[in-house]
Amino acid sequence: MIEIKNVSKWYGDFQVLNDCTSSINKGEVVVVCGPSGSGKSTLIKTVNALETIQKGEIIVNGTSLTDPATNLSKLRSTVGMVFQNFELFPHLNVTENLILAQMKVLNRTQNEALSRGLKMLERVGLKDHKNKFPGQLSGGQQQRVAIARALSMDPIIMLFDEPTSALDPEMVGEVLDVIVKLAKEGMTMMCVTHEMGFAKNVSHRVIFMDEGKIVEDTKTDEFFGDLGARTPRAKDFLSKIIRH
Amino acid sequence: MNLNFSFFTHDVIANFIFKGLLFSIQLSLVAMTGGALLGTLLALLRLSSKRWLSIPAKLYVNTLRSIPLVMVILWFYLLIPMLIKRSIGAELSAFITFTIFEAAYYSEIMRAGILSVAPGQVNAGYALGLTYWQCMKYVVLPQAIRNMLPVFATQTIILFQDTSLVYAIGAYDLLKGFEIAGKNYNRPVETYLIAALVYFIICFFFSSLAKSLQKKIQIIR
Repeated sequence: MIEIKNVSKWYGDFQVLNDCTSSINKGEVVVVCGPSGSGKSTLIKTVNALETIQKGEIIVNGTSLTDPATNLSKLRSTVGMVFQNFELFPHLNVTENLILAQMKVLNRTQNEALSRGLKMLERVGLKDHKNKFPGQLSGGQQQRVAIARALSMDPIIMLFDEPTSALDPEMVGEVLDVIVKLAKEGMTMMCVTHEMGFAKNVSHRVIFMDEGKIVEDTKTDEFFGDLGARTPRAKDFLSKIIRH
Repeated sequence: MNLNFSFFTHDVIANFIFKGLLFSIQLSLVAMTGGALLGTLLALLRLSSKRWLSIPAKLYVNTLRSIPLVMVILWFYLLIPMLIKRSIGAELSAFITFTIFEAAYYSEIMRAGILSVAPGQVNAGYALGLTYWQCMKYVVLPQAIRNMLPVFATQTIILFQDTSLVYAIGAYDLLKGFEIAGKNYNRPVETYLIAALVYFIICFFFSSLAKSLQKKIQIIR
């Protein structure tokens, strides 16, 4: 469903992505992890072209992102994305957040958008909050609304960019629960996260990045199962994370 | 000091003041609306990553902000008739001049407002499939306008006060009305005092209006 082929990206002289290649199949849950500054957030943002690439190619559902003829807005509407800082629109209430893009991008009527949006809101357990503004919700609730907003667009894949990193520890669970449920229902997803428990229990595959390179791209049980077979960098990373 | 306000009757207002007041308010409203629209466009151009869009906009804004308004008013009034070979009149000249001049100031206010919106908001808009213009219209500008409203109100008050500068081209504005009334009744001190009071009341009213609007549309954080 997603093919990342030899992708490289530079900020000036600094290379953030170095010849990254991977692919994600339908129904697969892939976790991207690695130390900070390793390029994982940049990589996930290239998948819906929020970050441009200088080399290589990315193909989403048969459409090349690097092809100048590709309608990026249209393509992005099929790829759901959830951000570290939620990024709900603060001047709009929850319902308005849910229906805006459905109406403006998918041209749904207000009624269609409302019924779809509220259904997704119910799915994340926040139907009672539909008239509140983002500022009146907790971080965990905001992130769940953000997930509902992305789901309202009926995406073929969901991208999560450190969805729990900006949350108070006690709110991480409620957000992860929603994501786990989605994964179990068969949603294709790519998730940048430091939640190794989540990676272990839910993902099918783990991509480990360091210094802009994909160092490992391994089945999850293998990644966590046999530390001896890991690259030194991944071993070091895992030993630091798992110890705590 | 011997002040006498008895001359200031309904007739004076009807004959001298009202016409000027109407023009000053009209000029302010036109320059505010036109200036804000043109200013928003200039701000978007200036924030563009394409240099052929941003540089002309920057040049426009910086040039106009470096020239006194009176000079722009005069130049426009004197130069345009030479170029198009006919006079366009003081009033129309003022409408155009004020709009293009205020646009430079509103554009800087708008630019600050746009920059105050978190960059992640734009990404969130794009990620949902919104186009650049949809993102601006539904996500960025509504927040920018909320953030910049106090400064916008201040600039508009200054604009209203600056309408008195049309004296340079002889247009009939609020201050001119008072001036002529003062001359006619030989009461210049009293008329200027009343003029100051009227300016104060209008500016105060507008400022309160802006404050209550600000409260109404404030973003809940």
